[in-house]
Parts: sequence; structure tokens; C-alpha cells
Amino acid sequence: MKSKEVVIVGAGITGLSTAYYLVRNGVKDIVLIDKSFPGSGSTGRCGTGIRQQFTTREHIVLMRESVKLWREWENSLPISIHFRQGGYLWLLETEKELTDFKEYVKMQNLFGVESRIIDPYEAKQIVPDLNTKSILGASWCPTDGNAYPFDTVEALKLALRNNGVEIHPFEEVIGIETNSNRVECVITNKDKYYTNLVVNAAGFGANRIAKMVGFSLPLKLYRHQIAVSEPVKVFLDPMIVKGELYFTQTYRGRIIGGTDLNEPETNNLESTEKFLEKYAQELLSVMPVLSSLNVMRQWAGFYVVSPDSHPILGGTPVSGFLVAAGFSGHGFMLGPVTGKLMAMYILHGTMYLPEANNLGLDRFEKGKLINERAVIG
Amino acid sequence: MSEKDVIICRCEDVTLKDVLDAIRSGITDMESLKRKLQFGTGPCQGKTCIPIVEKILARELGKKVGESGIITTRPPETPVPFGIFAKGEHHEK
Repeated sequence: MKSKEVVIVGAGITGLSTAYYLVRNGVKDIVLIDKSFPGSGSTGRCGTGIRQQFTTREHIVLMRESVKLWREWENSLPISIHFRQGGYLWLLETEKELTDFKEYVKMQNLFGVESRIIDPYEAKQIVPDLNTKSILGASWCPTDGNAYPFDTVEALKLALRNNGVEIHPFEEVIGIETNSNRVECVITNKDKYYTNLVVNAAGFGANRIAKMVGFSLPLKLYRHQIAVSEPVKVFLDPMIVKGELYFTQTYRGRIIGGTDLNEPETNNLESTEKFLEKYAQELLSVMPVLSSLNVMRQWAGFYVVSPDSHPILGGTPVSGFLVAAGFSGHGFMLGPVTGKLMAMYILHGTMYLPEANNLGLDRFEKGKLINERAVIG
Repeated sequence: MSEKDVIICRCEDVTLKDVLDAIRSGITDMESLKRKLQFGTGPCQGKTCIPIVEKILARELGKKVGESGIITTRPPETPVPFGIFAKGEHHEK
């Protein structure tokens, strides 16, 4: 039996980042509890990408801030997280896509993101190995990029451990006690923690945790698959996107990417050969030079999708029980800003970016959904 | 032979010293060790190094092999070129 100022459920990037910003603001009496190892869920399974090319004010503004924080993390965390601003090159094949993306770019520019539409010739200058035959143009944002998920988890773990924060892996939350609709106690399979503040950062398990205090989160799980190649000398800086396909190269030289099979919701995380065939076909149509490159590994992870593909951030009907979940495939890239928003919300009771006020759980009841049109892979 | 001269994973150049340092820094499960050190992610698909690290970890913790978790094996079993998959020559059995 222990007493803790804050209990964070989930040691993926959302929980780790929230703890990191709490520590930086003087709150150190924190415990993070994860039923597996840190980064074992969607964080460690993600495609590494970090982009600001979104279609809603909320996503654009949050990601603009997150990119700024990613840069700070690269410079200030104890080890490199290999954040690289290689840009996102979004290839556009049809007149409709081109028209739509011109509108998105206007919106992105309005909120300070320096994206622009370029022609196939310029796209080929950025990535010479690109097959530009079938494209009409591309949406290009040079300040988008990627980071290495495991190094990011490791760096945050080190930063937290250096400040005395406890991280408890392989410990499972089995119950949360409330009193007069207020959080009082978190019970795990190993211990019991008295606290007035619980952050539900449990990723694909977030709904299970919410149910422990008596309400549900409107989240659905969709399997998305990724494959990674053998390492080759680094030649590809940007993330390339075309339709459902996305891929880039990690600093370790591996081509990492995926595509979407448009599957119904599922709890299954097995990888399939059907995915590899679709991914390989789409990949080679965009970059034929990769044909003889060996596929090394494939795996699957969940997109934890909310009704409007935006995260659910902030307070809930239960006092002292906060949620940061439902990132709909964007949890890793939003990690830094999510942690800062949640920490500031805990300390000051308000979202420091006004756009984040539109991301509360109550928006579903009020019918104030935000529609994101650009979800990849 | 010095710990830093004993190669545990040839593909990713991980030494015995790397493994022992990581375990002694508090990383005590196989999946986290793999993610920290990246052994088992090379062309041999971990066939050599993973059993060795399992034994080292068990020895260091005074446990039995397998008690600190096993690593999920990821397909394909051996590296296969993208070109083969794009042609759809392989089918699930």
C-alpha cells in the first residue's frame, strides 16, 4: 500500500510524456504502471512518422507545437531519439486529390505550417529514386519528420528515472476505487496506490481502464500492419505517402512502412502475407529500386480510433480521472504535446492550447465532432 | 577474453559487455533488452543471439531460461525480397 500524487496507467509515449512534463514542473511523486514493458503497445509498433500535414485546426496546431517539442526532446533528453526533419512528401495522383490538398495546404499555412504543393519534377529532385510517372504533384512539408520509438521510450525512461519517478512494468491495474465520484485508489495485481489523480494513458486498453470507474470511451481497435527491411545505407530522408501507402528509412538504414487493408475492427494482432503483398506492390510502384531489398520483419499494432479520429484529452465524469487516448494512429507523433497538455491541465486545470479544449470527452455527447480527412496507413 | 570482445549478435554487433551493462542497468526482460540493444533484428533473425541472451539473462537473474519472457518471432522466417511479395508468388497456407 502506497500513496502517490499521480498514478499514470500506461507507459507508452503518452504516459511517459505526461510524467516527463509533470516532473519538469515540480511534480515527482508519480508512478507509471504498465501491464507489459514500456512502449509495448502502439508506441513501439508505430511507423515512426511525425507530420503536421493534417486537415483540421486542432490537429495542425497540436502537431505544430509537437514538432517544436520533438526538437527540444532531441536536444535535451539523456540519449538521442533520432528525431529528423526529413519532411513528408505526399504524392497526389488525381485531380481531386490535388484540389483537396491545395485546400489543406491553405489551412496548414494559415496556422503556421510551411507546407506547399509542388510539381512532379520538384518531387523527383527531393527523392530521385521516385517513380513520378503517375503523379500530378505532391504536398510537401520539409519540417515534418520522424523519430525512433524505442530510443524515445528509453530516453524518457532515463529522464524519469533520473528524477526518481517509478515505472512499474509487468504490473496490471485490476481495479480503481472511487468515493463520491472521486478517484481514491488504484489496485493492481501487485500493490495498491492511494491517489487523487489517475491518468488513463492505456492506449488500446484505455476503454477497459475507463470501465473500472463506470463509463466507456467510444474507441474502436483497428489492426494496422508494418514491415521493415534489411538495413541499407541511408538515402531516403522524407516520409513518402501515396494513397494508403507510407514509408521512410530509419537512421538504422531500414525501410519502414505500411499500408491499409481496410479491415473491420478487431482484437487480432497477427501479421498477414496479404498485407506484405499489397505493401510490396504499392511500395515498388512508387520506388521500383527497392525490388531486391529483403523484407526482414513484419508486425501489427492498433489504431485506437475515436468517432472523429481525434484524441480524447482531459477530464471525465469522474473527478480526478483524466484521459489521454484515442489517437487514431497519431499517438506517437502527438506524444510530446499530449504530455505537455495533460501535465498543464493537471497543474492549472486548463488546456494551454485553446484548440485542445475541443478534444474533451464531452464533445461526443454535445455532438461537436471534428472530422479529420487525412489518416494514412 | 574481455567482455567487450565477446560478440553475442554478429548482425548488429552487440557484445557481452553491452548485454551485461543493459541487464545491470535494470532492463530485465527479453523484449526490452532486444529493443535497447537491437540484437536479433539482423539477417539471421535472431537464431544465434536470442538463445544466448536468454541464457545470459537467466544466469544474471538467477532464474530459469524463459522466466523473463520470450521474444515474439516475426515473419518472414528468412529475409525475402520485396519483389517476390509484389508478384504474389507466396500464398498463406
